[in-house]
Amino acid sequence: MSGVVAASTTLPSGAGGAPGRGPRPRRMTPARWGIYAFLLITALFFLLPLYVMIATSLKTMDEVRMGNIIALPVNLTLEPWIKAWSSACTGLNCNGIRVGFFNSVKILLPSVFVSIIIGSLTGYALSFWRVRGATLLFAAMMSVAFIPYQIFIYPLVRVFAFLGLGQSLLTIVIVHTIFGLPTMTLLFRNYFASLPAELFKAARVDGAGFYQIYWRIMMPMATPMIVVAIILQVTGIWNDFILGLVFAGRENLPMTVQLNNIVNTTQGERAYNVDMAATMLTALLPLVVYFGSGRWFVRGIAAGAVKG
Amino acid sequence: MSLKSEVDIRGVSIRFGSVKVLEQLDLKIAPSEFLVLLGPSGCGKSTLLNAIAGLIDVSDGEIHIGGRNVTWDEPKDRGIAMVFQSYALYPRMSVRKNLSFGLEVAGTPRAEIDQRVGEAAAMLRLTELLDRKPAALSGGQRQRVAIGRALVRKAGVYLFDEPLSNLDAQLRAELRVEIKRLHARLGATMIYVTHDQIEALTLADRIAVMQGGVIQQLDTPRKIYREPVNRFVASFVGSPAMNFLPGRLESGEEPVFVTGEHRLEISDYAFLGAPKTCSATLGIRPEHVRAGATAGPGAITATVEMVEPMGADTLVWCRLANGTPVSLRHEADARLAPGDTLPVSFPADAISLFDDATGNRL
Repeated sequence: MSGVVAASTTLPSGAGGAPGRGPRPRRMTPARWGIYAFLLITALFFLLPLYVMIATSLKTMDEVRMGNIIALPVNLTLEPWIKAWSSACTGLNCNGIRVGFFNSVKILLPSVFVSIIIGSLTGYALSFWRVRGATLLFAAMMSVAFIPYQIFIYPLVRVFAFLGLGQSLLTIVIVHTIFGLPTMTLLFRNYFASLPAELFKAARVDGAGFYQIYWRIMMPMATPMIVVAIILQVTGIWNDFILGLVFAGRENLPMTVQLNNIVNTTQGERAYNVDMAATMLTALLPLVVYFGSGRWFVRGIAAGAVKG
Repeated sequence: MSLKSEVDIRGVSIRFGSVKVLEQLDLKIAPSEFLVLLGPSGCGKSTLLNAIAGLIDVSDGEIHIGGRNVTWDEPKDRGIAMVFQSYALYPRMSVRKNLSFGLEVAGTPRAEIDQRVGEAAAMLRLTELLDRKPAALSGGQRQRVAIGRALVRKAGVYLFDEPLSNLDAQLRAELRVEIKRLHARLGATMIYVTHDQIEALTLADRIAVMQGGVIQQLDTPRKIYREPVNRFVASFVGSPAMNFLPGRLESGEEPVFVTGEHRLEISDYAFLGAPKTCSATLGIRPEHVRAGATAGPGAITATVEMVEPMGADTLVWCRLANGTPVSLRHEADARLAPGDTLPVSFPADAISLFDDATGNRL
C-alpha cells in the first residue's frame, strides 16, 4: 500500500518543477477510490426507493401488474398523480389527498409561527435575563424532551377535554407548540448564549426593555437560527401523524393521516401507482424545504461559532 | 440632568453566592473628574463599573449619581452612558441607527435625534461612515462608533470598560489621545476601567488602584507613580517594573538601609512616620537609578547582564554583587555590553521603602 502511495506521489511532482513548490499535488490513492465507491453505492442504495416510487407513480396499472418495479415506465402517464390529488378515496370520500394538504397547511402555518416565537422568547429570557431557577427550568425542559411523547398523549387528551377544547385546530396548534418548545428553546438559548453579553448590556444602557431588546436587536441577529428553526418545525409538523390524528379532529386531519387512509382503503385491486403518487405528494414539501434550504441549514448550524 | 454629575459610592458590597467581590467600598468622584480604576484582572474594577451602570445589583450599600440615590434604578434612568471593550455595536443596524437607537427608544423627537447624531458623528469623524454596517468598519472605527453612541445620550457620567483593550498598539495610542481630548472638550465626569497602567497614567485626574476588591491607593497619577503606598501599587504601576532590593532598615542618628554588604545612606528619604529598625525592601524606578559617572561617591558596582535599546533610551539589566537584579534606564548612545561593570547609586529622594511585615510604605 505505502509503495503504491509513494509511486503515485512521484508522478506529479516530477512534472511540476522543483519538489515542494506550488500547490500540493492531489493524490488519488486506492483508499480514496474505495471511499468514493462506497459513497456512490450508499447514495444509490438510498435513492433506489425514491426512484421506485417516482417510476411506479408514472406507470399505468397494466405496467405495474407486470411486477418489474425497477423498469422505467414505458407509457408515461400523470393520471395517478391527478387521481391521488383530486379523486382518490378515503373511506366514502373521494376528494383525493388535497383535503389533507390544505388541512396540513392550516395546521402548519400557525404551529410553526407560534412555536418559534415562544421558543425564541424562552431561549432569549433564559440566556440573558437572570431568571430565578433558570438553569433548573432549562434542565427540566431538556429532560422532558427525552421522554417519548406518546406517554403524554392520553393525559393531554384529558386536559384538553377538561378545558373544553376537545379536538380542534387550536388544540393541535397548542400541542405542536408544546412539543416543539424544548428543541426551539435549546436552539435559541445556545445561539443567544454565544453572543457577547456586552451587546445586551449596551441595549439596556440605551434604555431598551425586555421586548425591545428581543425584537429589535436579538431576533434580527438570529436570522440563521430562525431558518434552522423553520426547517425543523416545518418538516417535523408536516411529517407528524399521531398528534394530528388524536388532536386535530375529524375536520382537520393532516395530509399524513389522509395518505394512510388512501393507502389502506382497498376496494378490489391495490392502485400502487396512485399510492405512490399520493406518497410523493405528501413528501414533496419536506423535500422542497431540504433542497431549497440546505445551504441555510449548514450556515445556521455553524453560526453559533461566529460572533456578530 | 446636568452634564457633570458627581458619583458617590457608599459602602457598596457585591457578592456572587459566597464569593465576595467588593466589601464596603467607598469612593467619591467629583463632577467632571476623570477617574481611572486600575488593577489586575479579577480585582473587581469591572464589577464596580457595572454596578455603577446598574447592570449588576449591589448586595449592600448605596450609589448616588448627580446627588440622586440610583441604587435601585434601571441603567437607563441613571444618567449614564457606557462604552464596552467588545464595542457591542448592534450588528444589524447601520452606524446611524446604532447612534440613534437609544434616543429612539426614549422617544426623542426626530429633529433632535438627527442633530445629536450629527454632532457626535462630526466630533468623532464618523460622518462618512454613518450608513455603513459595523462589519464594514475597522476596530478603531467601531470603537469610535461605540463612543459616539455614548455621547449622543448626553449623560452625566461616561463609563468606559477597558475600551481600548481590543485594539492594536498604534490605534490604542491614537484613541487614548482622542478620549483625553473629548474629556477636555466636554468636561464630563468619566470613569474608566483598565488594566493598562499607561492608559491610567496618561488619562486620569485620579487613579484608584484596586486589588482583591479593595482600593489600595486613590491619588493623582504623579503621586501613585512617585509615592506608592504599598508594594502592590509599586510593582503594578510602572513599566519596566520598579526594582526591589531586600534588606534591613536601621534607624539610628542617621537611618541606613542595609542590603547585602552595602550600607546605603538614606537621610534624604521622607519617612511617613518615625524611622524604625525592621526588615524592609527598597524600591526604585529604573529611570531614577544613577549609573556611570553620575553615580557619585558611595556607588555600588553592578554587572551588566543584558541591554535592551528602546529607541529614546536604553534599558540596562544588571545584577549587584549580592545577586539582586536591577534594571535602569540609560542614555541611548551608551556603549554597554553584557559583562561590563557599572557603578550605580540610588538617590534617597527617589526611593520608596516598604515594611516587609505589612508591605506598606515607611
